[in-house]
Amino acid sequence: MGWLRSIFNRPERGYAHPYLAGTVLGVVLFLAFLLTGNGLGSSGATSRIDAALVDIVAPEHVDNTPYLLKMAGGDKNPLDDWIVPVFFGALLGGFSSGARNGRLKLTTTKGPNISNRTRWLMSFLGGVIFLYGARMARGCTSGQALSGGATLAAGSWVVMLAIFGGAYGLAYFVRKLWL
Amino acid sequence: MNFPLEAFTTVSAANPWTYVVFGLIGFAFGYTLETAGFGDSRKLAAQFYFKELTVLKVMFTAIAVAMTLLFGAVGLGLLDFSLVWVNPTYLGSGVVGGLIMGVGFIVGGFCPTTSLASASTGKIDGMLFMLGGFVGAFLFGETERYFDHWYNNAGYYGRLTLDQVLGVSPSALVLIVVLLALFLFWGGEHLEQAFGRRDLSREPRWRKVGAAALLAAALGVLVLGSPSVEDRYQRLSFKRTEVIKQAAAEPQSVTHVYSADEMLSKRLVFTSPAEAFKARFQQAINPVYLDVRSESDYNLYHLADAVNVPLERLADVIPSLLSEPPANTVFIAIGNDEAAAIEAWKLLVASSVQNVYILEGGINNWIAFFGAGDPALQPLATGGEDELRYGFPAALGSRYASCSPDPIEYEKLDFEARIVLQLKRDKSGGGCG
Repeated sequence: MGWLRSIFNRPERGYAHPYLAGTVLGVVLFLAFLLTGNGLGSSGATSRIDAALVDIVAPEHVDNTPYLLKMAGGDKNPLDDWIVPVFFGALLGGFSSGARNGRLKLTTTKGPNISNRTRWLMSFLGGVIFLYGARMARGCTSGQALSGGATLAAGSWVVMLAIFGGAYGLAYFVRKLWL
Repeated sequence: MNFPLEAFTTVSAANPWTYVVFGLIGFAFGYTLETAGFGDSRKLAAQFYFKELTVLKVMFTAIAVAMTLLFGAVGLGLLDFSLVWVNPTYLGSGVVGGLIMGVGFIVGGFCPTTSLASASTGKIDGMLFMLGGFVGAFLFGETERYFDHWYNNAGYYGRLTLDQVLGVSPSALVLIVVLLALFLFWGGEHLEQAFGRRDLSREPRWRKVGAAALLAAALGVLVLGSPSVEDRYQRLSFKRTEVIKQAAAEPQSVTHVYSADEMLSKRLVFTSPAEAFKARFQQAINPVYLDVRSESDYNLYHLADAVNVPLERLADVIPSLLSEPPANTVFIAIGNDEAAAIEAWKLLVASSVQNVYILEGGINNWIAFFGAGDPALQPLATGGEDELRYGFPAALGSRYASCSPDPIEYEKLDFEARIVLQLKRDKSGGGCG
């Protein structure tokens, strides 16, 4: 098990420079479009995994819910979509980068003036709110802002501005969480 | 080579390699986000207090680089932009959903993909955000029915790009966006200096070289422009499947690939008046009769429901033909004979409009087929190439009986079917759907 310990105890390295990371990300996004015609995304996978779970627990509920019906109705497999392998690939990719750069650590990232518990509650709540909005807007920061931004999709630029607008608009009122 | 590769445009169990390709793309995506520091919520939240604009820098660099490469590849003719997924515009749900996402972002400290990078490196808050995400997406599925109509219709503009909205060419917009991004970086760095006390003199010098390279690439895209209609026409390929009956076995199907000129010379895109008429009663397709003759000819006689777009004005309506009609729309170009309709066909297919056909023999042939017995329609001995060869007592438009033939009288018609509905990309086949 020596190799396993070595993954978790590497010396921690600094983050890549934002412009460098952005350039690599841009090339990845371009290659995705070039090869597959599709960009990047992840929030769609969340609702597809949800649909798959509902389909196992209560298949009749799928047939009564129009939103789930589109993904999992009848003999459709909600997981048979490009975004699902992207989702699991991203988890694995994040893990690999963390392992390589010595950042695998069970910890909580939070502002200096809140407790771990508050941070946990807020991150869970934030996840609920974010994905609700992401499904409404038909894509998140990846599927809309990043991918739609690069293809110059008009609606995606509007979504991008709305995301930043919402976050900047509320930032002052929740500054205790972060400052 | 034509990109995107057809084998990868949809994931399917029949082609397991697609899972590997998308998995690798996801891997590179997650790896890059973690490397940029997006596994740490503080780095993301700092964006909204102007302390550290890493989010803005990474995101806009990625958008600018990907966009420049993408439109460069389109300009070189490597990539068919009509096959690239462009998020359809829904202003209503986009704005409200975006604002909700912004709230989730500042409260939770992550966005969905960054929470994956965070959770996979052991951050408890990242895991909880991800878990909350499953609850949020589930709640949306449960509540969507209450605002279904609004969700699917409010401010819907279909496939719409910013260059169409602003009325500039895509390659000019690429340059504008790159300039905007560079301006944001410049301004952002000064904000960081003011709010986050960052020492700009310690920033690497290569970032200026990178900015110059990006600008040069964007200028290159501008010079390259978009491929001409003629170039795109020459690159087109059409697939037709022919079923060959076997005497004592399963029928075999053979797929042929034809160029656009072959489609014309083999007359595979000419639909007979009978088929064009029957198309109206087919549930599966939505025919649009595109009359490309002059307005005066159109006023003299035209098919019921035909839309008049004279050939010289056709180029102006192509953006709406690409974005508005449902995916099962079949366009039938109509001339007096065939010459003008063939020109229209060439322009439309070269502009990536799908499912375009030509009315065989044009209006003259249509009248010969459906209106031969009408005493009001007198054949003329005169009338040159691509002109009407019938005399009309008045400009009655579509009020002749043969403009909308009686479906009962013409219930049984024999014709060779030419229309093959092709959906290059399912409407729900791309994006985060």
